[in-house]
Amino acid sequence: MGILINKDTRVLVQGITGHEGSFQAKQMQEFGTNIVAGVTPGRGGSDVYGIPVFDSVSDAVGKTNPDASVIFVPPKFAADAIFEAIDSGIELIVCITEGIPIHDMMRVCSYLESSSSRLIGPNCPGITTPKVSKAGIMPNSIHRPGNIGIVSRSGTLTYEIIDLLSKNGIGQSTSVGIGGDPVSGTSFLDVLELFEHDTMTHAVVLVGEIGGTAEEDSIGFIKQMSKPVIGYIVGISAPPGKTMGHAGAIASAGGGTAREKIAAFEKAGITVAKSPMDIVRQVNNIMR
Amino acid sequence: MKLYEYDAKEIFKRNNIPVPEGSLISNPGDAENLARKLGPVVIKAQVMIGGRGKAGGIAIASNPQEAYQSAKRILGMSIKGLPVNKLLVEEYKKPDKEMYLGITIDRAAKCPLVMVCPEGGIDIEEIAKTSPREIVKMYINPLTGIHDYQARTLANSLNANSLNKNKSLMIADIIKKLYRVFIDYDCTLAEINPLADTQEGIFALDAKMVIDDNALFRQDFREEETGSLEEMAKKNGMSYVGLDGYIGCIVNGAGLAMATLDMIKQYGGEPANFLDLRAGANEEQMKNALRIVSSNKKIKAIIINVFGGLTKCDKVARGIIDVIPEIKAPLVIRLAGTNENEGRVMLEKCRVTMASSSEEAASAVVELGHSDK
Repeated sequence: MGILINKDTRVLVQGITGHEGSFQAKQMQEFGTNIVAGVTPGRGGSDVYGIPVFDSVSDAVGKTNPDASVIFVPPKFAADAIFEAIDSGIELIVCITEGIPIHDMMRVCSYLESSSSRLIGPNCPGITTPKVSKAGIMPNSIHRPGNIGIVSRSGTLTYEIIDLLSKNGIGQSTSVGIGGDPVSGTSFLDVLELFEHDTMTHAVVLVGEIGGTAEEDSIGFIKQMSKPVIGYIVGISAPPGKTMGHAGAIASAGGGTAREKIAAFEKAGITVAKSPMDIVRQVNNIMR
Repeated sequence: MKLYEYDAKEIFKRNNIPVPEGSLISNPGDAENLARKLGPVVIKAQVMIGGRGKAGGIAIASNPQEAYQSAKRILGMSIKGLPVNKLLVEEYKKPDKEMYLGITIDRAAKCPLVMVCPEGGIDIEEIAKTSPREIVKMYINPLTGIHDYQARTLANSLNANSLNKNKSLMIADIIKKLYRVFIDYDCTLAEINPLADTQEGIFALDAKMVIDDNALFRQDFREEETGSLEEMAKKNGMSYVGLDGYIGCIVNGAGLAMATLDMIKQYGGEPANFLDLRAGANEEQMKNALRIVSSNKKIKAIIINVFGGLTKCDKVARGIIDVIPEIKAPLVIRLAGTNENEGRVMLEKCRVTMASSSEEAASAVVELGHSDK
């Protein structure tokens, strides 16, 4: 099974005629994703790798009936693209774009509450269910089907972990990157709830980092889960008050440090891995 | 991007938030002249760092001579390593009561959060520790903005002892105006601390604004050039944070970079910097990154950890090879992912240590960093 996407998911790509949009659309196609349409305002009627391009999401919906959208629109226009997807009734919206103003994201998230859409990201690598479908930009070659769910705030670190797990014979049910921005659509908690109800997922790896309290906020649910969760939290060496690459990766004197998060996890009895390789060891311990 | 107090106050003034009359100056004579015009003045060092009051960067002068002397003294100071080049000189307003007003973004609630506290003048983090119950918080729906009743409720909560009804209304008005500023200027923080009750009314005696870097494209702010490594990295599309150690770090991706730094620490080393190459790094970026990181004199060894997705390892290797002759510190390199074999082959003949995992690379670079001592 896996979560959020399956082999029937019909994917739309917003910003498909851009450099990254077209490259990633092709990568997704090669992975096996059913990409039904692309949207770029003003480019309707053309095509990208055989994928029909429309001027608007509502045009694309009328003709091709997508149920998910992956957004590669530049930060200036990204919030508008998300609003358009919400208004067109797209159920699952994955926003890859990094650098969207936080005020735009607050408005988007507020608007989402009165809709039936779910947003993953922004500033995220998206979702991959190995051998089934991919809505995002994770490298195609690293995945292996299996029973470990992965949820992470990071990009390349997630690839590294997936790759290590796969090379050590540990497959994934679904890998979800929820993004590195301070305000985003879907939280750790939301994804953990989905994994808990997914029959294919037997255990979850949660990759967190400094900033905010999203990791801590998921502890209550993790304790109730029937499936084991292994945490890994980076940023021990990050000084307070400095943004470590991701807009959301900033600890302050008021909280959000890696040590606080690790301590909260350990206090709740949740296993915390010390490095990517240690995740492999911990998963092997649990699954034995 | 943080704003200087005088820039934030300029914005407050334009938006009718009451601030004391004052000017930005850079020589003691101007302070003297201003004091002659304004009467007693407060002289405040304009530096981008907290704790300037404790460091002696703020002075009250009751006459022009005092203003001259204090301005001269503060202009010669360095506060936490930052030289004081500019002073804000403004009319002194004696506060009968100092309060706190701040607007920030609550990440978990995904909306603006307005906070007020009848106790001001000290760090909100201090207040949160010592008397958290005194802070009144109000979450604002970003689609509707702040409602009048919310501003009134917040203002009334400050009213417990002493403030009269008229002043309460003035504060409610300031709260609404500060919210407007917070939205219009894409702030992640807009803070008045202290918000002072004086004989002449309510005034913002200090002003702090932090602008969302992601929104600078639609704002009219120019970042100050400092010539720092952070700035050089930013100009080249990378993100750099200086740290205290001696191991230079170049990694693609913020999460992997933090993980690499943590591993270095676990093996007993101290990272000298955080550097995220960003997605799709090419040879130019690698060259710049190596030059930026190695320009730090404390460097004893450098780790390059790349997991290629969009980034191609052969391009990264090409960049490394081009700059190797300039680099004195030993290099430990780990390349994985897209075109990793091509990259490895290219680096075979270079005097570098190749590692096959992040852990291996971290442990090797720590060893090299130590043996060099």
